Order: sequence, then structure tokens, then C-alpha cells
Amino acid sequence: MKPFVRSGDFWSGIVLAALGAYVVGQARGWVYMAEDGPGAGFFPTWYGAVMIVLSLALVVTSIIKPAAAGKPVVWNDLGRALGCWVAFVACIALMPLAGFAVSFALLTWFIVKVMAGRPQRVALTVAVGFALGFYALFELALDLALPHGLLF
Amino acid sequence: MDILDGLLQGFQVALTASNLTMCVIGVVLGTIIGVLPGLGPPATIAMLLPLTFKLDPTGAMIMLAGIYYGAKYGGSTTSILLNVPGESSSVVTCIDGYRMALKGRAGPALGMAAIASFIAGTFGVVALMLVAPPLAKLSLAFSAPEYFALMVLGLAMVVLLSGESLVKALLAMLVGLWIASMGTDLFSATSRFTFGQVQLLGGIDFVIVAIGVFAVGEVLGNMEPVKPAEMLPVPKGLKNLMPTWEDMRRCRFAFVNGSVIGFLIGVLPGAGSTIASFISYGIEKAVSRHPEEFGQGAIEGVAAPEGANNAETGGALVPLILLGALVLWGFKPGPLFIQDSPQLFWGLVASMYIGNVLLLILNLPLVAVFAQLLRMPSYAMYPLILGVSIVGVYTASSSMFQLGLLAVFGLLGYAMRKLDYPTAPLVLGLVLGDPMEKALRQSLMMSQGDLSILFRPIPSVLLGIAALLLMIPLFRKFNALRVQMIDREA
Repeated sequence: MKPFVRSGDFWSGIVLAALGAYVVGQARGWVYMAEDGPGAGFFPTWYGAVMIVLSLALVVTSIIKPAAAGKPVVWNDLGRALGCWVAFVACIALMPLAGFAVSFALLTWFIVKVMAGRPQRVALTVAVGFALGFYALFELALDLALPHGLLF
Repeated sequence: MDILDGLLQGFQVALTASNLTMCVIGVVLGTIIGVLPGLGPPATIAMLLPLTFKLDPTGAMIMLAGIYYGAKYGGSTTSILLNVPGESSSVVTCIDGYRMALKGRAGPALGMAAIASFIAGTFGVVALMLVAPPLAKLSLAFSAPEYFALMVLGLAMVVLLSGESLVKALLAMLVGLWIASMGTDLFSATSRFTFGQVQLLGGIDFVIVAIGVFAVGEVLGNMEPVKPAEMLPVPKGLKNLMPTWEDMRRCRFAFVNGSVIGFLIGVLPGAGSTIASFISYGIEKAVSRHPEEFGQGAIEGVAAPEGANNAETGGALVPLILLGALVLWGFKPGPLFIQDSPQLFWGLVASMYIGNVLLLILNLPLVAVFAQLLRMPSYAMYPLILGVSIVGVYTASSSMFQLGLLAVFGLLGYAMRKLDYPTAPLVLGLVLGDPMEKALRQSLMMSQGDLSILFRPIPSVLLGIAALLLMIPLFRKFNALRVQMIDREA
């Protein structure tokens, strides 16, 4: 495998070049210059074009000088971070049904028990304590509306 | 009425029991609100404004001003301790403040933030008092081309913050500009980059991106190691939490820099404290004898932006007062405001002196209390950050869709960390994208598409400085090559 294929700069450059192309492509559908001045497509066309140039420069640099490109991505580390992100997304997705307190308690339990490997008793205590604490502070004391679900 | 008489009258107004109480309430409330990410001073002032209609206008303005500068200090607390900016102008404080906290210097960072805020805030009030009338006239001379050039300069400062790669910093900034473009174009009502989502028609709030990229991204990054991160060391005792004399000596220029830049930027309507904090940080780094320490926990990197952030409060009141905020109370804003409503103007100025002293008295002893946050185990800290992030975004938007965006930007923040992209340029691009596009398009409308309007004297100077800043990394590389060649020859 070529060294640049493991480089984060190479892949991020490609993604950003694609984003730049998308921006310019979309901007071409809007007015660039009208009679009274620049239209909605003027600014995106320019920054989209600069984005393409810079991201291609990043890609080319990572191919020509692999040593100068960013450090190789350690894919194994991603698992734990993405696991936590999925739990965070699940917590948000659960809120319309279970409300903030329950969803947040489950997220807290997941982080303390599964991610940090703390004993069940600690995980449950922290989860319930935080959920009640947030509810008491924001909902009751500060009168700020937290997400409510169908159940709670 | 001369300045001294006006100030004496102002202190008579501000030191009445009711107005002093308003000032204390404003400062304390502001500090608490500033600590909460997402609930920034503009949102708080907007929420409280209807409640102040029944109050005396002077007392109400004093309280609102107290909330404003109290929140500015409070915003630095979460930046330093949690790497979560309480508001946009605290973003830059994260860079070195959080690094200092990681090195066990959370106390001095918080202490320095309080001291720099006090010094620069006091400077801002004195400057406001002395130069408000002439500066207000000058700020009115700024129009779209000047604003555009000023914002380009602010973005060029990104170069000085960019760390290793200029290209990556610029790309991050461009992504920020793209996010800022999302929503309805106010000039033509065209929907841009909304992906067919009605919720995106209004654009994406800065708060969501900042909290996602900084707070959620940070938590995800810290989840990577199998073993949880060790608890950060926090020195015990107020004495150990205070900045040392060496810290104070290192920051002497930062105090001046933050004070002057903050005030001057604050005078310009719409420029705002975010630009002020970034520019003062960039200048501090540019003139430092140890620029390599910036981004690694340099205390000047906390003092300069925190100072600018607070000096700007004084400056910001010039256009605020002269251009419009007081319409709500039936006052007529304009250059004659000081003459027509001396009691309110000087009362407000005096209350800002008092508010700055109150902030220092309140915050220095509480540094120890804030620093105790770091004693919390990381497994408890991370859910807490995620919970506060959710509450902050939901409070600002009351929308589950925005919480979904929070998760998306959290992942973006994590990816940027993983791939060594700096996050501050993205946030600055987002903050400045909209007003910058507006200023550019207004400029070109004024000139009927002729770009020469951007080369009037003030924009020329500002754009020239921006171009020079962008070339600094090239000069550095050139210099490094030259040194290498000399070494080889030797």
C-alpha cells in the first residue's frame, strides 16, 4: 500500500475537494451577478473555488511528500470515540420518546460503565444523580425547558 | 458639562442603593450565565429585556451592562477548564487557557483572565469616557468596504493561530464560510445549501457549531484511550492559584495590547469582541519572543484576548448608545445623546467602573472554586460536558433538529482533531462569514461591481496588512531554507 493512502491529509483533501466542487456546482445554479450587484452565487463561487485549489494542493503534497503529510490515521482508536458518538446520537434520538432525564441517565451510565469500566453501582449512582441534578438545576431552579418526551 | 462633573454625577447615580443592587445582580447573573456554554450574553439580554421595561431605564441599563461584561468573564471559565467556549469571543481563550489547565495551571489562567479583564475593562471605561464623542463620529465613517477589509484582516489572523499548516487552517476557515452560507440569502431570498430541510432556512447558529466542535469533539477525542485520562492536577490554596510575578511580567504587553485593540475594535459597530480577541491574540503572538509557546499554554495567550474581550465592552457601548439600543426606552440615540441624557450616560459609565471592581472581587476568590471542577473524575466530567452541551443548544433553539446538528458538528470537531485541522479558524469563518459576504456585496453594489471600491485608503491598509500576515509562513519557510543553506556552507 502506498504511504499516502494511510495519510489523513490525502483523504481529507479529497473530501474537501469534493465539497468545494459541490459548493461551486450549487453556486452555478444561483445568480452570480445581477444588475444591482453580486447575487447569491457570487461569494460561494469564490470560496468554493479556493477550497478546491487548496484541498488539491493538500492531496498533491501528501502524494509527493508523504513524510510531510499528516500523521497516519490509527483506525483502531476510532472505535471507542465512534462508540461514544453513537451513544450520544442515540441519546438525542431517544429524547422525543423518553425525555431528557431518562435519555441523559442512559448516556451517562454508558460512559461510566461501558467506556470507563467503573463498577455498576458507581455507574448507576452517577447516572441517576446527574439526571436528577440537571432536572433540578435547569428545569426547576432556572426554569429552562429541557426536552420532554412522550413518556416523561 | 465637563468629563469630571459628568463622572461625579454618574457615581451619584450608580452608587444609589437600587442601582448598585442592579449592578451586583447583573455582574453575578452574567458570570453564572457566561459559565453555561450556549447561553451567551446576547440571548440572556434578549430574554431579560421585556422584564426590564417596568424598571427605571438607568437601573435596567446598568443591570444589562453588568450581565454583558460579567458573562464575558464567565465565558473564559469554561474555555479554560473545559475547553468549551461560553461565547464566541472566548473561543481564542481555549487555545492557551485549556493547555494551561492541562499542565496543572488552571488557577493562574483563571486568575490572569480576571486580572486582564479588570485592567482592560477599566481601560475601556476610561477610554469610553474620554473619547466617546470623537470615536463615535469616526466609526460612523466606516461603511461596507471598510468592514469587509476589517473582517478579512480578522480572518488573516487565522494564519497566526494556524499552527503547523497554513493550508489546513485556510481550509477550516473556508468550511466555516460554507456553514455560514447555509440558509436563506437575505439579499435575494435564495435558499442555499439547505438540503431541502426547512429547519436550515434560518441558517446554522454559531452556538451549535462551537459547542459541537469544541465540547463534543473534545469529549470524543478523550474517549479514544482505553484507560480514562488521569485527573488533571489542581494546586491547592488561593496563593498557588494566582498568577506569579513572572506571569504578570510576561503579560505586561498583553494588558496594553488587549486594552487598546479591544476598545478600538469595539467602537466599530458590528465588529464585535470575537474579532477583537482574535486580533489581539494574533498581535501578541506576532510580537512575542516565544511565539512557539502559543497554543501550548502561553499565559499571554489568555491575557490578551481576555483583555480585548472586556475592553471591547466599553467600546461597544459607544455605537450601542449612539446608534440605537435605547430606542426601547424612548431615548433618541445619536451624537446628542450624551448631552440630552447625561444622567443615564454617566451613570452607566460609573457603574462600569464599579462593575469591574465587583468582578475582580467576586472572581479572584472564586478561582479556587472554579478550579475544583478539575478534581472531578473524567468519567463524570464527560457526561457533564455532553449534558451541558445538550441543555445549551436546546435552550437556545428548543429544537431536536438542532440537537442532531450538535451531534454532526461534534463528529466534525473530532475528525478535525484527528486529522490535525485547527478548529478556531472554522469557528471564526462561521462567525464572520455572513457579515463578510454582506459587506462585500454591499460594497460591490455601491460601486456597481467595481472592485476598486475595496482600495480606498482604510480598506487598502487593512487588506495590505492581511496580505502581509498571509505571507508570514512563507517568510518563515524562506528563512529556514536560508539558515539551512548557510549551515551547509559552513
